[in-house]
Amino acid sequence: MPALTESIALGRTRSATARKAPSRSLDTLFRTFSYAAALLVLLVLAGILGSILYGGWPAFREFGFGFLTSAAWNVGTEQYGALVAVLGTVASAFLALLIGVPVSLGIAVYLTQLCPGWARKPVAMTIELLAAVPSIIYGMWGLFVFAPLFARFVQIPVSNLAEGMPIVGTLFYARVPSGVGVLTAGIILAIMIVPFIASIARDMLDQIPTVLRESAYGIGCTTWEVVRHVLVPQAAVSIIGAIMLGLGRALGETMAVTFVVGNANRLSASIFDPSSTIASRIANEFNEADGLQLNALMALGCILFVITFVVLIIARLLTRRVQSA
Amino acid sequence: MDASNTITTTTGRRSGRVRHGRRVADRALRIACTGATLVGALVLGSILVMLIVQGVRGFTPTLFTNPTPGPGSEGGGIANAILGSLVLTGIGILIATPIGVMAGTYLAEYGRGSKLAALIRFLNDILLSAPSILIGLFVYTLMVRPMGTYSGWAGGVALAIIAVPVIVRTTEDMLRLVPGTLREAGAALGAPPSTVITSVTWRAASAGIVTGIILALARIAGETAPLLFTALNNNSWFSANLMGGVANLPVMIYQFALSPYPNWQGLAWAGALLITATILVLSIIARLVIKPQTSR
Repeated sequence: MPALTESIALGRTRSATARKAPSRSLDTLFRTFSYAAALLVLLVLAGILGSILYGGWPAFREFGFGFLTSAAWNVGTEQYGALVAVLGTVASAFLALLIGVPVSLGIAVYLTQLCPGWARKPVAMTIELLAAVPSIIYGMWGLFVFAPLFARFVQIPVSNLAEGMPIVGTLFYARVPSGVGVLTAGIILAIMIVPFIASIARDMLDQIPTVLRESAYGIGCTTWEVVRHVLVPQAAVSIIGAIMLGLGRALGETMAVTFVVGNANRLSASIFDPSSTIASRIANEFNEADGLQLNALMALGCILFVITFVVLIIARLLTRRVQSA
Repeated sequence: MDASNTITTTTGRRSGRVRHGRRVADRALRIACTGATLVGALVLGSILVMLIVQGVRGFTPTLFTNPTPGPGSEGGGIANAILGSLVLTGIGILIATPIGVMAGTYLAEYGRGSKLAALIRFLNDILLSAPSILIGLFVYTLMVRPMGTYSGWAGGVALAIIAVPVIVRTTEDMLRLVPGTLREAGAALGAPPSTVITSVTWRAASAGIVTGIILALARIAGETAPLLFTALNNNSWFSANLMGGVANLPVMIYQFALSPYPNWQGLAWAGALLITATILVLSIIARLVIKPQTSR
């Protein structure tokens, strides 16, 4: 500051320091607080893993690797195994994908290719609002509206038809055709994941340059050919990411499944029979459990953590790669 | 595209058949896609109709003034559950908002290009889709076990953990939409970074940040699983004592819907209609708020 006139320079610097001194410490404080808040996200995730590992450890120690392969769940004899719940979780999520993926891709294609312009927004909004409906409402709808209809019009006729047949019979025979079971859970889960997959897939299809689409139409392609040869190859990776995201949701979904899965601890090959998932079993038994049962439920939580987080990490890697590309 | 080649090079008869096949495939796709969309709309319609038909019957003045009745008894309302839900989501959003906005600010303003920020962004996305029941188990171990009782505070914290990633994500996205020239203009005036952020960037992105908070509110208002192990319920007493179990709509709906008492089931339907309507209104508001932000 030697070049400045002394009086002005003195005056300026004084007022500048007077203003700056508190704001600079405020600046540091602000930065530190935002940094701490961001770190908290990391801590919470570590905390979730840590707490359920800590809670589940006694069960893992007691049963060892057998916890994963045992189908027992007996409070009286304190014998616990994860097999039924893990299979129920995987089976219901798999059925959800089987039903939900074609429907969501159909909706995405309809919204981007076929839907008339004026209807595009309202239809997209309707589908996305499905995602906002709380899962407990899906559970009630599933149990009180869907399950009775499903039992009457699908489960009983199919079960009667399949009875006694070799492979089909074991897969589709319902001992108690009440409408609840693994397949019902899968269908309800499918309805819940459709809005997620559909809206992500729609975004991905929208991002494909219009030029590509128009040139395909220009050489005489039909909508089917445009979808098959232009859109699908372009958006494949991110759509697989979206599907994985839906799978993650289906694996961890609790309330809707608890209503409709039947909550039985029975190993059955039939997708009409009631079973349980990891999340539904925790929701059902946690409040009444103590001792080893509580530890076993926490151990189930650990397994759910591992399964869903692997799926979610893959999903995020796939969707992120496309977004940055 | 192979098909279009065939058409130009082969005889008329063959191309006719190919064209027919193409048309069938196209028609099938159109029908299947339209059908899928109709099924989606039908399901939403069915859920709304069911809620209205079953729920409206329970919408009496006593619903909002009386606490939940005992098992098997008549009358009563869900006033305690409504109040409890308001208090729990209130606590959740009050804890989550500063944390979420500050973390989102860090990711968008300070953490650009840093490895730690990239990791946190990634983990936040994971947390966004994490099963909420695991968050319930975490808060149970963190608070309910040490305190020895289910509590409203634990429920609020569990909901906050679910709300934070939603707010972080939207805050970051919205701050990134703010043009860099605005920040430069602020910095050129000699304002320190924190002032630029609070009075320039935040202000420019305020509509988007508020949307994130509304979306988080809509998300936690219907969450049930984490409340089962944290706030649980408090059936017959009208109480807002946060050191004990607190009645709330989702857990009330869960317990009453699965109960054998018609009166309880009716209250569960009324509660379900109330909560779904609230959440749908919140989601629509959030969409309307965000619209001018993104179209700009």
